[in-house]
Amino acid sequence: MEVYLDNNATTKVDPEVFKAMEPFFCHIYGNPNSLHKFGAGTHPKMVEALDYLYAGINAADQDDIIITANATESNNTVIKGIWVDKILNGNKNHIITSEVEHPSITAVCKFLETQGVSVTYLPVNEEGVLEAQQVADYIKEETALVSIMWANNETGKLFPIKEIGQICRDAGVPFHTDATQAIGKIPVDVQACNVNYLSFSAHKFHGPKGVGGLYVEKGFELTPLLHGGEQMGGHRAGTVDVASMIGMGVAMKLATSPEALAYENTEVKRLRDKLESAILEIPETIVIGGKENRTPNTTLISIRGVEGESMLWDMNQKTIGASTGSACASEDLEANPVMNAFGSDSELAHTGVRFSLSRFNTEEEIDYAISVIKGAIARLRSISSSYAYTPKNHVSEL
Amino acid sequence: MAKNDLISGSIWDEYSNQVIRRMDNPTHQGEITEERAKELGGKLIIADFGAESCGDAVRLYWCIEEETNKILESKFKSFGCGTAIASSDAMAELCEGKTVDEAVKITNIDVEKALRDHPDVPAVPPQKMHCSVMAYDVIKKAAATYKGVDMESFETEVIICECARVTLGTIQEVIRINDLKTVEEITDYTKAGAFCKSCIKPGGHEEKDIYLVDVLKDVRAEMEQEKLKEAADASAAGSATFDKMTIVQRIKTIDEVLDADIRPMLMMDGGNMEIIDIKENMPFYDLYIRYLGACSGCASGDTGTLYAIESVLKQKVDENIRVLPI
Repeated sequence: MEVYLDNNATTKVDPEVFKAMEPFFCHIYGNPNSLHKFGAGTHPKMVEALDYLYAGINAADQDDIIITANATESNNTVIKGIWVDKILNGNKNHIITSEVEHPSITAVCKFLETQGVSVTYLPVNEEGVLEAQQVADYIKEETALVSIMWANNETGKLFPIKEIGQICRDAGVPFHTDATQAIGKIPVDVQACNVNYLSFSAHKFHGPKGVGGLYVEKGFELTPLLHGGEQMGGHRAGTVDVASMIGMGVAMKLATSPEALAYENTEVKRLRDKLESAILEIPETIVIGGKENRTPNTTLISIRGVEGESMLWDMNQKTIGASTGSACASEDLEANPVMNAFGSDSELAHTGVRFSLSRFNTEEEIDYAISVIKGAIARLRSISSSYAYTPKNHVSEL
Repeated sequence: MAKNDLISGSIWDEYSNQVIRRMDNPTHQGEITEERAKELGGKLIIADFGAESCGDAVRLYWCIEEETNKILESKFKSFGCGTAIASSDAMAELCEGKTVDEAVKITNIDVEKALRDHPDVPAVPPQKMHCSVMAYDVIKKAAATYKGVDMESFETEVIICECARVTLGTIQEVIRINDLKTVEEITDYTKAGAFCKSCIKPGGHEEKDIYLVDVLKDVRAEMEQEKLKEAADASAAGSATFDKMTIVQRIKTIDEVLDADIRPMLMMDGGNMEIIDIKENMPFYDLYIRYLGACSGCASGDTGTLYAIESVLKQKVDENIRVLPI
């Protein structure tokens, strides 16, 4: 049996999404900018897709949702756009973000620091979340943008977006949120949360890879990252990937419907909790960041004495895919900054394994995963020097 | 960056079959108890190295026959990724049957080589090399425990990277053995500098006596010095090959050949030539020249004369010399 538990990395394309995309490869393939009927034939479904996107995040008709290649492009567009609009062309020179953002935020900020921009990276608390008041404390006259993620990719922890949005609105500072891990898991409402810019990627909610979106509230600046043609109202040049856009629209519709969100927060959550509880029955395992206030599909578990990559290896031998924040699992030797941000126990950075479910996971899969995970932990702990010989209960409850 | 680097694959694809076999079934995993040591008639030694907070920790057990100092049995326990387990397993196996003094000579390179499927293909990708370094260090710890001396008596150098517990000696050795040129490469091979980064260069949160940039600079300078000495000695002995020569020696060698075989011929026609530069464009050595006097502007400068100069230099100096008039 194959069990995919790495849905925060990417998801399977929903068959209904694939069906909606299919005609646009070989049958309705005209360039949407062409005048002839082949091009114009793409328009109705593109408009429909856009409608689904607007509805999915409750955007107003006068706002913009730019189709991009992914959330990374959306994040780059916002931050570099703000740099041009407000920093190069104005007298503001300060950005606020958090220490646990996706690299498509932090790497851009690091780059901008080399260009003289001042960036505040707010730390997270012991539960791995940011407190809204921290943003208020650091906003100053020179602040050009606040960019804080909606849900954390490693822990699933939810950030107080509504409160941060209000603080930014009151202070007159533009507020961007990377909602990549939130859409399809919890309701996302840009109007209710005072969000001015919002990024998302289709492949995180059962849409295709290579397409994403950037919401821009009316009245807020957006300098294009890609200059060229007049596509996307001049905000993002390049022929629109019609099939992907339509796929993203349908995926958004499916993922954000009340039924889908209810399923996510009942059945997917139940399976996640079942998996989590079964692992937590094993001594000296903890949920990093705690169980409260997180997306319903994610659990990041520290298994004392078991290094993350070796756990992934053993699970992979039994065709189970998950993820780890451990340094050793990637080409980068550094531990994942999200894991390091917890600060108190550096062991966590090496013993955390992330399981992220989707609506396609079944009870049988979870049962199989539990048995494999238990076997892997037993084997690796029998080899582990640190598990056998360091004082027990040294990992504090987070 | 090139085509093969644009799409990164899984690091697991770069593990040798040996590594995979030992990850799945480590043959020397386990512990040696006092009872077992007594049964074998040896002394039990237990040594720990590394820390969970750094991502790797290993415990090594030796049962040593005291009369001969021979390691009768060697086992390990390891916290770490699969390659750390595989390296520890290979390391424990390499120790068995050796005397303690012989075991101390096992290097991380020996451990990594023991894990190779093919002698020329590394067993693990560069960023995993640190796993074998840890195995190398724990042997010294075990030997020190057995002999009742400080580990420093084997490893007289200071620790450069506290997080990864990497010594100056190890860093110097990997720079030399692998001809490393950047701090990033040192990190790939040893894990030094991968964590808090204080040891990379001044300005980190912790002040150090010596930084990786210093070690790299000093070792590279020493290597350069040795190369020069080697080149000078070879030149004095008349055994210098063109590829081992310094740039000055190369110019001198080429100039001597030009003076003997080429310039007289050119000067007879009122011309001459000078060397502008020699650039390595491996496998070639590109010799940039300028024609002087009657040779400049001569039609033969790009054909017959050029061919003659290049042929003589290929024959008398190195067959990979290419002559390029500017």
